[in-house]
Amino acid sequence: MLDQLFQFLVTGITVGSIYALVGLGFALIYNASDVVNFAQGEFVMLGAMTAIALLAAGLPLPLAAIVATTIVVIVGLLLERFAIEPALGASVVATIIITIGAAIFLRGIAMLLWGKDFRSLPPFSGDTPIRIGSATLLPQSLWVLGVTVALVVLVRLFFDRTLVGKALLACSFNRAAAKLVGINVRVMLRLAYGLSAGFGALAGILVAPITFSSYEAGVMLGLKGFSAAIVGGIGNPMGAVTGGLLLGVLESLGAGFISSGYKDAIAFLFVLMVLFFEPTGLFGHKTAERV
Amino acid sequence: MPFVSYREKNQDQNQTRGDTMKTGFWRNILAAMLLGAGGLANGAEPIKIGSFLTVTGPASFLGDPELKTLQMYVEAINAKGGINGHPLELIHYDTGGKAQDAVSFVKRLIRNDKVDMIVGGTTSGDTLAAIPEVEKESIPLISLAGGIEIVEPVKKWVFKVAHTDRMAAAKIFEDLRKRNLIKVALITGDGGFDKSGHEQLLKLAPQYGITIVADESYGNKDSDMTTQLTKIRGSDAQVIINFGFGQAPAIVTKNLKQLGITLPLYQSHGVASKTFIDLAGDAAEGVRLPAAALVVAEQLLDTDPQKPVLLAYKKLYEAKYGPVSTFGGHAYDGLYIAVGAIQRAGGTDKTKVRDEIEKTKGFIGTAGVFNMSPEDHMGLNLDAFKMVEIRNGGWKIVE
Repeated sequence: MLDQLFQFLVTGITVGSIYALVGLGFALIYNASDVVNFAQGEFVMLGAMTAIALLAAGLPLPLAAIVATTIVVIVGLLLERFAIEPALGASVVATIIITIGAAIFLRGIAMLLWGKDFRSLPPFSGDTPIRIGSATLLPQSLWVLGVTVALVVLVRLFFDRTLVGKALLACSFNRAAAKLVGINVRVMLRLAYGLSAGFGALAGILVAPITFSSYEAGVMLGLKGFSAAIVGGIGNPMGAVTGGLLLGVLESLGAGFISSGYKDAIAFLFVLMVLFFEPTGLFGHKTAERV
Repeated sequence: MPFVSYREKNQDQNQTRGDTMKTGFWRNILAAMLLGAGGLANGAEPIKIGSFLTVTGPASFLGDPELKTLQMYVEAINAKGGINGHPLELIHYDTGGKAQDAVSFVKRLIRNDKVDMIVGGTTSGDTLAAIPEVEKESIPLISLAGGIEIVEPVKKWVFKVAHTDRMAAAKIFEDLRKRNLIKVALITGDGGFDKSGHEQLLKLAPQYGITIVADESYGNKDSDMTTQLTKIRGSDAQVIINFGFGQAPAIVTKNLKQLGITLPLYQSHGVASKTFIDLAGDAAEGVRLPAAALVVAEQLLDTDPQKPVLLAYKKLYEAKYGPVSTFGGHAYDGLYIAVGAIQRAGGTDKTKVRDEIEKTKGFIGTAGVFNMSPEDHMGLNLDAFKMVEIRNGGWKIVE
């Protein structure tokens, strides 16, 4: 029983770190514009699929990963320039709907380019399982966890310690005021989309050896990542990680001890409870509307 | 006045004659066109085959090769002069996997396009939705879907050519009995195919003296199944059966290796494709599954009557579109059973064609040898499946 519990926890952390990594990508765009980017899952998918295609074309894995991330950053910038920027004055809801449209568009392009088959990326450091007591995990999961932690620290430093990061945050708090103190809102938005796309691509490349990828893989990953982000408090990178890990562990324990059929129900019940008692998420800013 | 009036009358007459001439001109053109068209087809009316397939949407990997196969063979048959001198005409609609669309397309095929028979229904859902319409209008239908409910109970006008999930379950249990493995752990996904297979496995187990000691499920888009497999490890199962398709069975296979579980693993015919071996990699070694003969065509004995049919289909399809799938093969079987029946019936009289489909005997298709009867509107037996094992990244027949 204890052996089983240990494996359930390890599995939960493995899955949770995937959700966390994807969830992180939502924070940047949200912080710059209060918009939830529903094309974030598609950035994840594009990163994985581009890397797989480049690897198949003969590039070594590290180079394929770098080139794929760069390509997706460019896609993110183009998306911002040609879909988001023309609608700069539009409401947050309208912008969110634009991102949903962009997601469908990107999925369609991926289907035309790479077909409907699932593809896989080889694991970075082999697939000999690592034993921890009675439980096992794959080396690739350590990559996911490690990169997640590194990115959280970087994002934290970026927002707290750099002028650009603070300027980005200012755009979300009050766009007009940010403009008045000399922040170029357009440039900040481009930066946010570019970085988010890069984060997404990186996440996609890291998780592809575990979850595989196909043109519609972004839908599920995006949804779970989004759940992780709102549980933790969207916009807070630390929150996305906590939310992701919590979701993963709950799913795993639910499947292990109650029933694998109700695994998702248990996780989503938890999301609902959190939002009911803490509408801004576990680590969200407590926003106060001034009347 | 009379003079004027005469002129007016004359003008009128001229006017009328001009109109008649014009109409006559167009009538002649039309007649010429009709004659021309008739001349092209040697005066024979085309035989209209209707089809409704899932070419887009989640089940497109089934419907896409089916449509390509139909188009390819209709072209080939017409190049050889058609059936009894009549060319074939394929009229196709894409349902996108939506059952309500399937119904309206079948209505359109019957009422507007006035087809002589229908080959199609990629998924069981599409086919089952269309059956009431087909039965009401009395038109022969050959379905390409797997569900046993399509032909059980037998419906007068409905036939099918694809293997059923019950056959897959029976084939797996037969192999388990041979190896004397009787305690089974099941792990299945949450899709229609998975659930239907799960149901058949549970239903058939007692007949083969097999006990299900663990029964786990997962979501088809989940990225990790080690939790469920850890629970199975805790049971006293001797073998694991995973029924599903897509990427999830590949993840299950990889997770088993990760956990160091050495129990034999059986998969369903849903993963009988190269993609599965590519995704699961080394972990796929030793996995067994029931597969259609098309997958192992080259390994069949030369005496196997199916071998030439399979190799011919494979060669033609791969020259045009790339790797074959068993699903495209179902379209070949459906079309040629239809063609055979129309030939024997000597025309497209619907009742005669239906009777001839039912009398199909010894038809060698890609899915197996078909012997239909009034009680059996599929006509395949368990021999249609080969038990294969994955060895060195390829398939090996193990029976």
